[in-house]
Amino acid sequence: MTSFNFQLIIDYLPYFFKGIIYTIGFSIASIALGTVFGLLIALGKMLPNKFLAAPFKGYVGLFRGTPLLVQILVINFGVVPLVLGKSNSIVAGILALSLNSSAYIAEIFRSGIQAVSEGQGEAAATLGLSPNQTMLHIILPQAVKIILPPLGNEFISLIKDSSLASVISAPEVTYWAQAMNAQYYRVWEPYLTSGLIYLILTLSISSILHSVERRLAVND
Amino acid sequence: MIRVEHLQKKFGNSEVLKDINFKVDENDVVVIIGPSGSGKSTLLRCVAKLENATSGDIFFNDTKMTEEDHKLCELKGKLGMVFQHFNLFPNLTVLQNITLAPILVKKIEKKEAVEDAKYLLDLVGLGEKAGAYPHSLSGGQKQRVAIARSLAMHPQLMLFDEPTSALDPEMVGEVLQVMKKLANEGMTMIIVTHEMGFARQVSNRVLFMDGGHIVEENTPDELFDHPIHQRTQDFLAKVLV
Repeated sequence: MTSFNFQLIIDYLPYFFKGIIYTIGFSIASIALGTVFGLLIALGKMLPNKFLAAPFKGYVGLFRGTPLLVQILVINFGVVPLVLGKSNSIVAGILALSLNSSAYIAEIFRSGIQAVSEGQGEAAATLGLSPNQTMLHIILPQAVKIILPPLGNEFISLIKDSSLASVISAPEVTYWAQAMNAQYYRVWEPYLTSGLIYLILTLSISSILHSVERRLAVND
Repeated sequence: MIRVEHLQKKFGNSEVLKDINFKVDENDVVVIIGPSGSGKSTLLRCVAKLENATSGDIFFNDTKMTEEDHKLCELKGKLGMVFQHFNLFPNLTVLQNITLAPILVKKIEKKEAVEDAKYLLDLVGLGEKAGAYPHSLSGGQKQRVAIARSLAMHPQLMLFDEPTSALDPEMVGEVLQVMKKLANEGMTMIIVTHEMGFARQVSNRVLFMDGGHIVEENTPDELFDHPIHQRTQDFLAKVLV
């Protein structure tokens, strides 16, 4: 191994910064969309009518049962061109990451909702609250508190999985690391730098979630 | 007010309630006693529409509650229920627990709901706990908040499902005190309880249940002093030591 060249990293920093913006953008957009989709899918899966619940169950089975990399390729080269008329790696990356994580997040929501005691729903019903009001004001606030730790795991996975978007040339951190590797024929500098960037991002989100957990713990 | 006719409830193959018939009129305080597994709580839960009857009818002010599509939330709290395990909402403060349903269901102005809630908290002796979360309350205090929460919907009938069974002995009294106050004010109540002394004091009718049947129904003095049926006598001999 030739000596580790920090100057190369410094030279390449502008590209890494660009990559960080995209990685953070991918992550935030996919966390937001994945959480919203995930909640809707969880509620759909729990519909009392089996036929109405079936498509939601199928969705979770499909997206959990196939590799994310394959989903990214199908969405980038198949779905997005079909809908937009041309491929767009950023739209495809966000879409694939959101759809994939929403399947996992749906299961997390379902476990949280089912962990809230049945008596809560019964008390709400005898007070005259509708099922929707009960879900919104009683069940979900308690469920969210229960699922924060597994939800945090999912967000961390999502940040790391955004690196897979490099295969469709989305200009995020891993993409630039590969570009730097190709340009300078160096291995350690680009890949260790990208690893460090992901580490900083995942540690940041886990500390954010920790402080949210502490805030929500006031009433128990 | 409540009329139960030929009520039957099955869980799978086991028949928990068999041909139950009784009536509750306005201002009645009816206490249901009996050994565990006799169907007392299930009966109360059927009246509260938390369980669907297998057959038979329950009428509440001549509305047939046993219709398939009759939903519990349509009653809008006219039928209050107090649970053994309180079921307070842990994510809300005591005050929010009480004002939630009046604001959401009855669409009462928040200010008015808060005033009413404070009045009710004073009534159950917990005026200073409005801002507390349920986890910081004792069992007796939780149950008194649960009673206030039901009262906030101004129910016509209150159902109590073993309201003191989950409490430490020294907290039973404070809850019974509140219930006694309600009874004296003319609230119509159906109470499932093991507190025989209390049953005798507040009720004007006692039902003794065993094996899914109402075995005996009488005024408290008659039922406790001169039980007719052997099973009632055996049960009372065991609990009235």
